[in-house]
Amino acid sequence: MSAADDISTILSSGIRLTVPLAFAACGEYLAERAGTMNISLEAMMLGAAFGSVATASATGSATTGLVAGVLIGLLIGFVHGNLAHRLEVNTFVVGLVLNALVLGLTSYLITISSFDSHQVSQVSVPWLRDIPLIGHPLFVERWPVYLLLLVIPLTWWLVERSRWGLELRAVGEQPQAADVTGIRVNLRRRQALLWCGALAGLGGAYLAVGEVGSFNQNMTAGRGYIVIAAVIFGAWRLGRTLLGCVLFGLADAMRLALPALGLTMNSQLLVVAPYLLALLAMLVFTTRNREPKALGQPFVRGST
Amino acid sequence: MNEREDLGSGDVLRRLLSNLNPGPSGWRTGAATILALLVALTLSSLLIAVTGGSPVASVEALFQGSMSDLTAWSSTLLYAAPLLLVAVGACVSARSGLFNIGQEGQVLIGALAAAWVGLRLAITGPLLIVVMLLAAGLAAGGWAGLSSLMYRLRGVNVVVSTLLMTFVAQQIVAYAVNTPWLLQESRIGNAIVSPQSNPLPSSALLGSIGEYPGLQINAGLIIALIAAVLIAVAISRTTWGFKITMLGRNPLAAKHAGVRVTALGGAALAVSGAFAGLAGAVLLASPVGVNRLQPGLSMNIGWDGLLVALVARNRPLAAMPVALLFGVLRSGGGFLAATGVPSFLVDVVKALLVLAFVAPPVVVALARRRRSGDRTAGARREAAPVAEEAIA
Repeated sequence: MSAADDISTILSSGIRLTVPLAFAACGEYLAERAGTMNISLEAMMLGAAFGSVATASATGSATTGLVAGVLIGLLIGFVHGNLAHRLEVNTFVVGLVLNALVLGLTSYLITISSFDSHQVSQVSVPWLRDIPLIGHPLFVERWPVYLLLLVIPLTWWLVERSRWGLELRAVGEQPQAADVTGIRVNLRRRQALLWCGALAGLGGAYLAVGEVGSFNQNMTAGRGYIVIAAVIFGAWRLGRTLLGCVLFGLADAMRLALPALGLTMNSQLLVVAPYLLALLAMLVFTTRNREPKALGQPFVRGST
Repeated sequence: MNEREDLGSGDVLRRLLSNLNPGPSGWRTGAATILALLVALTLSSLLIAVTGGSPVASVEALFQGSMSDLTAWSSTLLYAAPLLLVAVGACVSARSGLFNIGQEGQVLIGALAAAWVGLRLAITGPLLIVVMLLAAGLAAGGWAGLSSLMYRLRGVNVVVSTLLMTFVAQQIVAYAVNTPWLLQESRIGNAIVSPQSNPLPSSALLGSIGEYPGLQINAGLIIALIAAVLIAVAISRTTWGFKITMLGRNPLAAKHAGVRVTALGGAALAVSGAFAGLAGAVLLASPVGVNRLQPGLSMNIGWDGLLVALVARNRPLAAMPVALLFGVLRSGGGFLAATGVPSFLVDVVKALLVLAFVAPPVVVALARRRRSGDRTAGARREAAPVAEEAIA
């Protein structure tokens, strides 16, 4: 009995830890396919987490908070896009500065204010929730979790099947050629960052008003970087990226469950697993062949 | 980045001044930077005012904690030293076009190596601190070198690998201070052991000039200043520096000119890591402090040092005053809380300052290009190029 319970507990906490990663991963995946190595993902998630809690507290509605989180993610994506793909400031510099800015700002604001706790409601799917082992973890969740069922196929369709996605991929692989065919490279990259911001915002907001119900200082604690690791681990393929998210979410759940299970395992190894796996994926497998060719490079018409 | 630096032959003061020159676009960039600075400061004041604090009181508190008396100055300088060391390293790698953003981890690896030498090697006398510093530089240089190796062998993007390696470094240090046979503190009786190392022996500490409560110039600051001058001279006066700059500006041209691109790029990355590692050793062996290896030892010095280099636009001499400014913000930040303004404010101010220094030259260059219709000027942009693909 206890073994099955343990597995079920780890599964449910693993899924809850995976969901914010999965939302953000869909966004980051799309931004990277368009050629932006977006490290301000952390800022997007953290800012959205704070904004959602503040808004939920002000309006008394967790759902409004969720929407506010998405808007804050969009705002950060907008700022990043305009600085990096309009003003041509180095994208990594923009990311670093935005991360520092949002971390400082949210830490500052949470220290001087207090918010009421609000959480979005839980959905419990009848019949399915009674499946042993996986029933409870998968089918008793806060409702935004099920938005993933919409977001994942939509992201896939946008990138792989829509004209917009085709242009995004062209912009990520061969911006010069894309430019010659009349695609506005930097515009497409800004649009990709908006999508990324909205989804990272959703992930951050889900973490705050879905999972926890409150905000604490540096709440995302590097989850944005884990998502970046997941996209690399997934070799810029959506399915594998999401698999990476599940893996990293479960590793995190394992780490949290270790003391309760009475296991003595190296918790540092579990924390570091996402980063090591991402590095290994790039080193050992030939995933870099799948890397968008222009990833992280600014596009300036006429240079090179 | 600065033509005068390569040609001029003036005295140190003039060179320092020329280093403060905002860049090749002259007064336009200068004016834009001042405007951006004003906007940044206005935004910061607004933030304080809107949240019910007093901007004037906050500035006073910042001043009190950092510059009001000699003790405050000493603490400012204590922060400025590791910041400057990290920034000097960051200047080297950014100039070579290999953008290293893993300083936070490299600081920790340096501190780890220094702690291991200081606690485990039976070296007596002043030699110990020298070996500690060397070990820190070598270990962190090697750590950063791994990124360049990954790039050389498998084409792994340097920015990404240095970023990911930061988190690996953090966990390595956490593991070391949680593991008795590595560096965790020894158990005395039944006392609870914390995740930290034993304190360093007093022979392993960096000294300082001057005594409390007067002005204390810590030895780390002297090391950092020497490093900044050495690297500034190396960049502007030596063939090595010329090659580094050439590599950063145009890797393809550098390759055709006979520069051994991979070796030089790798060396630049290792040098930048080594300086971050030195900063770690300086933090660990600081004359004031706990002198134990702890997971939080780096205190974001690595991230901040990188920001210092960005504000200084990758010029080591310009990094001196900027590191001092960031030191002021750090030591003054502690005094803010007394005025009811959380010390996190300084993080907001720092980020806005960086934006105010980074954006204007790019904007001015862009505006000029738009005006003249000169599309090719893009290749001469001021921002550090991340043009790694051509180095392969």
